Amino acid sequence: MDSAAESKARPVNADPPLVRAARKAEPIPAASTSLYAERVRVYPRRVRGAYRRVKWALLGFCLAVYYLLPWLRWDRGPTAPDQAVLIDMPGRRAYFFMVEIWPQEVYLLTGLLVLGAVTLFLVTSLLGRVWCGYACPQTVWTDLFMLVERLIEGDRNTRMKRDQSPISAAKVILKTVKHGAWLAIAAATGGAWVLYFKDAPTVLVELFTGRSSVEVYFFVGLFTATTYVLAGWAREQVCTYMCPWPRFQAAMQDEQTLAVTYRAWRGEPRGKHKQGDSWDGRGDCVDCRGCVHVCPTGIDIRDGQQLECINCGLCIDACDEVMRKVGRPTGLIAFATLAGEAARARGEPWHYRLIRPRTIIYAAVLIVACLAMTAALVFRPITELHVLKDRMPIFVALSDGDIRNGYTVKVLNKSRDGADFNLTVEGLAGATMTFGGATVAGAPTLEIEARPDAVATYYVHVRAPRSSLSGEQNPVTFVMKDEKGETIARTETVFAGPGR
Amino acid sequence: MPTKIEKDSVTGTETTGHEWDGIKELNTPLPKWWIYTFYATIAFSLVYYVLYPSIPGIRGYFAGTLGYDQRIDVANDLAAAQQQHAPYVTRIGQASLDDIKADPQLYTFASTGGRIAFNNNCAGCHQVGGAGAKGYPNLADDDWIWGGKVEEIIQTIRHGVRSADADTRQNAMPRFGLDGMLKRNEIDDVANYVLSLSGAKHDAAAAGRGAPIYAEQCVACHGEKGVGNPEVGAPRLSDGIWLYGGDLKSVTESIASARAGMMPSWGERLDEATIKMLAVYVHGLGGGK
Repeated sequence: MDSAAESKARPVNADPPLVRAARKAEPIPAASTSLYAERVRVYPRRVRGAYRRVKWALLGFCLAVYYLLPWLRWDRGPTAPDQAVLIDMPGRRAYFFMVEIWPQEVYLLTGLLVLGAVTLFLVTSLLGRVWCGYACPQTVWTDLFMLVERLIEGDRNTRMKRDQSPISAAKVILKTVKHGAWLAIAAATGGAWVLYFKDAPTVLVELFTGRSSVEVYFFVGLFTATTYVLAGWAREQVCTYMCPWPRFQAAMQDEQTLAVTYRAWRGEPRGKHKQGDSWDGRGDCVDCRGCVHVCPTGIDIRDGQQLECINCGLCIDACDEVMRKVGRPTGLIAFATLAGEAARARGEPWHYRLIRPRTIIYAAVLIVACLAMTAALVFRPITELHVLKDRMPIFVALSDGDIRNGYTVKVLNKSRDGADFNLTVEGLAGATMTFGGATVAGAPTLEIEARPDAVATYYVHVRAPRSSLSGEQNPVTFVMKDEKGETIARTETVFAGPGR
Repeated sequence: MPTKIEKDSVTGTETTGHEWDGIKELNTPLPKWWIYTFYATIAFSLVYYVLYPSIPGIRGYFAGTLGYDQRIDVANDLAAAQQQHAPYVTRIGQASLDDIKADPQLYTFASTGGRIAFNNNCAGCHQVGGAGAKGYPNLADDDWIWGGKVEEIIQTIRHGVRSADADTRQNAMPRFGLDGMLKRNEIDDVANYVLSLSGAKHDAAAAGRGAPIYAEQCVACHGEKGVGNPEVGAPRLSDGIWLYGGDLKSVTESIASARAGMMPSWGERLDEATIKMLAVYVHGLGGGK
């Protein structure tokens, strides 16, 4: 086979992907400098084995989480929604089990993204791109779509033959059934997406009875379309051309990172092998191309580590099966490290190093981020006091010579229980307060009510004798105390006057 | 025009046939999708020209066959907003002031609507928040020339001060200096006495001489010790609040030439509900009685 000869002559991992893709396609005139590579259709073959089982298990887990999480209930009392995970856009709240987030706490979501990124870095430095191979939505849904495709259209050879055959009734029916099934899965995916944004049972009924808003149908349609196009048609092209992660994942990997590796020192020189032939003077690779046929991105792992490889390990399962058949030890393709394989090729022993500066740094950053997130979550204030000074008029001189300032006072109460607080002003002798518009006499403290799960806004007038002012700007502090006299919140502001 | 299109030997692309200093330009036409998108936009614009207002003329413009006009949209939006407000506005128009104050929902609507009406109609003189300026009373303080009860505020808004309205608030302070009613030194003495009423800086001897003049000329309106009288619009002189300035020069000028600020009547320009809302807002600025 010419392709085998070609890969043999090629040094490991020498070719940039675009050059390799170009070679896979039709020969192009030497004069052309076009960088466009025609897609080579990938027909992955079915494979059984340990990694395939792990991949099935994770696929089931990820899909179950995605489809079932919105249906999980979580009791928060009668005033709050009972959906465990819910992003309530009109209500300006996000719920995640016992955590409830207000819009101004969106930094917690940023923290979650930081955690996700650092975890990805750590896992990648240890195990290569296992995220890509096992848990990425693109991989999970593509795998699901490929399973459906195989159940309807048959395995690799059948599909290849059918695609090359002229159009027939059977072909049209099978293709229609396949795309119908894909669209059904895609619609379920798009439909499940909106469940995270509104009470799941309600929105499901609304969806099917045509009572949802245009926006809801738009997002269902959008995610149906992306699922169908990305998992059905684009597939590995998303990973190779669209996703930025493969482009910079090399920065997280080093020669100690476990990655799906072809042990060239053991496999080469490769060649066909008949039963009874001697294994002397040749490698273990029998060039069956099983690893290529099962690969969901259509690459040859024997070319070495490459950008398209998503580290799913299906080629390991395929190779191990063949190695068992021909009676050679398994692990010709395995999760292995570059340094380890170089040492083994020289015949030296090798031990995997889990703890390296890179993994220590990633783990440390991860721990710090976790602690910071936990602290931010635990110590976030439940009750907040915000005071905004009225600037028009800056102050009002009253007929008895007193000076009056207006303030907008906002009391945030993130808990589900209402509370009464006493509001006072410190730093201003003889200051009295009234609610704006009230015609009653002022008092040194005001009783304010912090309604549950809401922002209560009060307009407050503070009045002080001219003699207690020291200048045009007098620093004062609004203090909010609970009924036991304990200080709940303090906010500094100024009290303006005419000056001396 | 060349009969044979030349192909570049390196890239295999056709050239444009133009040559500058030995350099030839490759002919790489725009992509088809781009060209067709461009044609589609032209087709779209032609349809748009017919359907929507498009071609300007000397005296007007071609209005389009759909008759679309953004002003109609604005008018519809305004009508919709008015319809939304209508139940509240009707209730405010009918409710007594006490009822408005007793109903928090109605009170919020009235003071908010009042704020908007105030900013549109009143803030030009009285400033945002009723802060006032020289000659334009501060409405946020507790000193009122014509009274600070809601009813009195409504009366002032509706009929104005020294306006053309038949029921306008009307008074006139004599021009003691210009009309020769008092001599220059007498005016000085009275001014010092007036300043002494609020404890401002003054000449005690002059104030002593001014006291009997005040008792004779001013007390009828401004009252004993300058307490003022909102019934006739006589400002209180015993506090630190001065509409035209509280220094000796300004007070002297007020006595000599008198002051007569005016405020237009709003009864014909604003509807009942708006005037009520304005009064509720002004009353709530902090000085309402």
